[in-house]
Amino acid sequence: MRLPALPAALFVLLLPLAALAGKNEIILQSTTSTQNSGLYEYLLPLLERDTGLRVKVVAVGTGQALKNARNCDGDVVLVHARDAEEKFVADEYGLKRNDVMYNDFILIGPEDDPAGVRGARDITEALQRIAAAKAPFASRGDDSGTHRKELRLWKAAGLDPGAAREGWYRETGSGMGATLNIAAGMGAYALTDRATWISFANKGGLAILHEGDPALFNQYGVIAVNPAHCPGMNIKGAETFITWLLSEKGQKAIASYRLKGQQLFFPNAHSALPGNGG
Amino acid sequence: MPESNVLPLKPKDSQKAGAGFLISVDALGYRRGGRSLLDAVSFELGRDPGITVLLGPNGAGKSLLLRLIGGLIRPDSGTIRFSPDFRGPIGMVFQKPVLLRRSVRANLLHALAIARIPRRERTGILARLLVEADLTHCAESPARALSGGEQQRLAMARALVGDPVLLLLDEPTASLDPAATAAFEALVRKVAGEGARILLVTHDLHQARRIADDVLFLHKGRICEHTPAATFFRAPASGEADAYCKGTLLT
Amino acid sequence: MLFYSQLLEIVALSLEVSLVAVMLAALIGIPLGALLAIGRFPGRTALIVLVNALMGLPPVVVGLGLYLLLSRSGPLGILQLLYTPTAMIIAQTILVTPIIASFSHQIFADLHREYDEMLRAMRASRWQTILTLIREARHALITAILAGLGRALSEIGAVMIVGGNINHATRVMTTAIALETSKGNLRLAVSLGLILLALSFAINLALHFLRSRLERAAHA
Repeated sequence: MRLPALPAALFVLLLPLAALAGKNEIILQSTTSTQNSGLYEYLLPLLERDTGLRVKVVAVGTGQALKNARNCDGDVVLVHARDAEEKFVADEYGLKRNDVMYNDFILIGPEDDPAGVRGARDITEALQRIAAAKAPFASRGDDSGTHRKELRLWKAAGLDPGAAREGWYRETGSGMGATLNIAAGMGAYALTDRATWISFANKGGLAILHEGDPALFNQYGVIAVNPAHCPGMNIKGAETFITWLLSEKGQKAIASYRLKGQQLFFPNAHSALPGNGG
Repeated sequence: MPESNVLPLKPKDSQKAGAGFLISVDALGYRRGGRSLLDAVSFELGRDPGITVLLGPNGAGKSLLLRLIGGLIRPDSGTIRFSPDFRGPIGMVFQKPVLLRRSVRANLLHALAIARIPRRERTGILARLLVEADLTHCAESPARALSGGEQQRLAMARALVGDPVLLLLDEPTASLDPAATAAFEALVRKVAGEGARILLVTHDLHQARRIADDVLFLHKGRICEHTPAATFFRAPASGEADAYCKGTLLT
Repeated sequence: MLFYSQLLEIVALSLEVSLVAVMLAALIGIPLGALLAIGRFPGRTALIVLVNALMGLPPVVVGLGLYLLLSRSGPLGILQLLYTPTAMIIAQTILVTPIIASFSHQIFADLHREYDEMLRAMRASRWQTILTLIREARHALITAILAGLGRALSEIGAVMIVGGNINHATRVMTTAIALETSKGNLRLAVSLGLILLALSFAINLALHFLRSRLERAAHA
């Protein structure tokens, strides 16, 4: 074991230098829903061809992404929780917040729909029926954009199952995909973004049971980290990324991404979404 | 308390003339757990070569005494003195040979390196030791694959590194068959003949009879007598030794 | 979907990160184990207990601690190591070192018990004693290193946090498995798991043969 020590030590020492040398790259703190949908694998090569910029994606929940960015461990955030994003900007951790695209949330659950949410007029009624039936519901419980959205929807329905420690309300503390796996495993209802659902392969006996309520729109925003807060960050790269994403070319690229024949994200950088409370 | 005798052995005095001791043990005591394991042990070994057999029943303290002399443990009281011109190492061989997981040759080279023998001298000494211990035929064999007798002869060869004038052997043949025992005893005699003083622990009367020049008899942590072998086996001075030889000694 | 070239990239990075980490851990852990077995110094017992306890260190905790250190706003942020393979190597080195140190301690303690009297009778110096024991322990130490490698290759909590599971940069077998599972691609995830298993099996097999060859040379 003694001989390879020197090369190993050199290797370890040289790695950060290599990282410093290739500076035309940024770290994007983003969400599991965008990564799991495959959007970045489609988008980023196009971006790199146009601008030469390489993007490294760290996919976590929205809350974690914003926290990491606050610690300066990223150059750009692309997340979906408008309140938190606006607070991030107001606290001067980030520069301007820009709308990028949207998709929507859907309520999924077992095909046989034990709580009978199929006939519900809107998402509020659907959630009330689940609570009334005490049908199992799998919540992200991880401070992600989807989790925050779900909490607001429960609140709007006049319910707070998390605080009530109801047995039927299960907080998974995991990403969207993991939560869907759990829902499939125990025949539970869950709130998910449509992109993750479409790309999700292990649907088991689950189906879309409620969709289309304007309250379910899911807006994504992009924010450059504030270089005044994080002096070492790559502001040039961050601006290149945002400019391209919001340009006609970038927006078209988002619109043209298809999975299983379906469009997953709808660009709206230049037209604010009607009726989107965030 | 029997007087310790310095024994003039058969006059084989090619060795430095003059009396005096090689090693002098004086009032040695060792206690553990409130029990006295060695008590006021005193004796001397002369500078002339020969084989002293340390004889005694199980639990007499023979191995303990050997380890004290070898410096592996410290006595609680008493002194061990070496003659002023005592030089070099003390060679030790234990009942169970502890050999490195390497070849016979590598085991000896390791011992030569530990003894800081200059590199250029090692090959010559190695060859001599292999011949001495009759191990030339298996020099390249893994040491731990040797027969018990060969292993113990290798341990002996290793103990000879640095040409010790004193060798301490702790029941070296206790787990050997008669043929291997005979070969080992021959080696011990040869080494003694070449000028070393050997202190060999055994509880085997027959072995003592075969190779002892003089006998130290130890019982319950005390030296009962130290006499020439011929005297010891003809008429032991102590009742304990007499009882031991007759097989009636209670321990 | 994962393509073949991508798979190779992931496997190669996994091996690189874990092998380098285990090598570093061996360089630290083996001398440390020897010191704990042979050395006599104040606090030795406490250190032994600590090393053994650290074997159970949860990888996530290591990852989190290291994240706080390496974060650009953390004390070592200036090094810009977060989300690099180097950070993953550091994390795994921290996880594996106690395992190798603890195994080595046991190995050296046993050998020391066996050889101590003989080496003292030979008047070996402390340094000569340590060198002899390391040489004698080499076969058994392979086992310690294998145990460490197993931990490194199968670990996910720490590399996920400090590596970030970035495609083409820090994605390794375990984080790729987690990602594919979260996408619901359970079959792909299981296939990746089987590859990881096969890999670990192959490494064990190779070292097993190396070890038995060494041992044949020493014993048979």
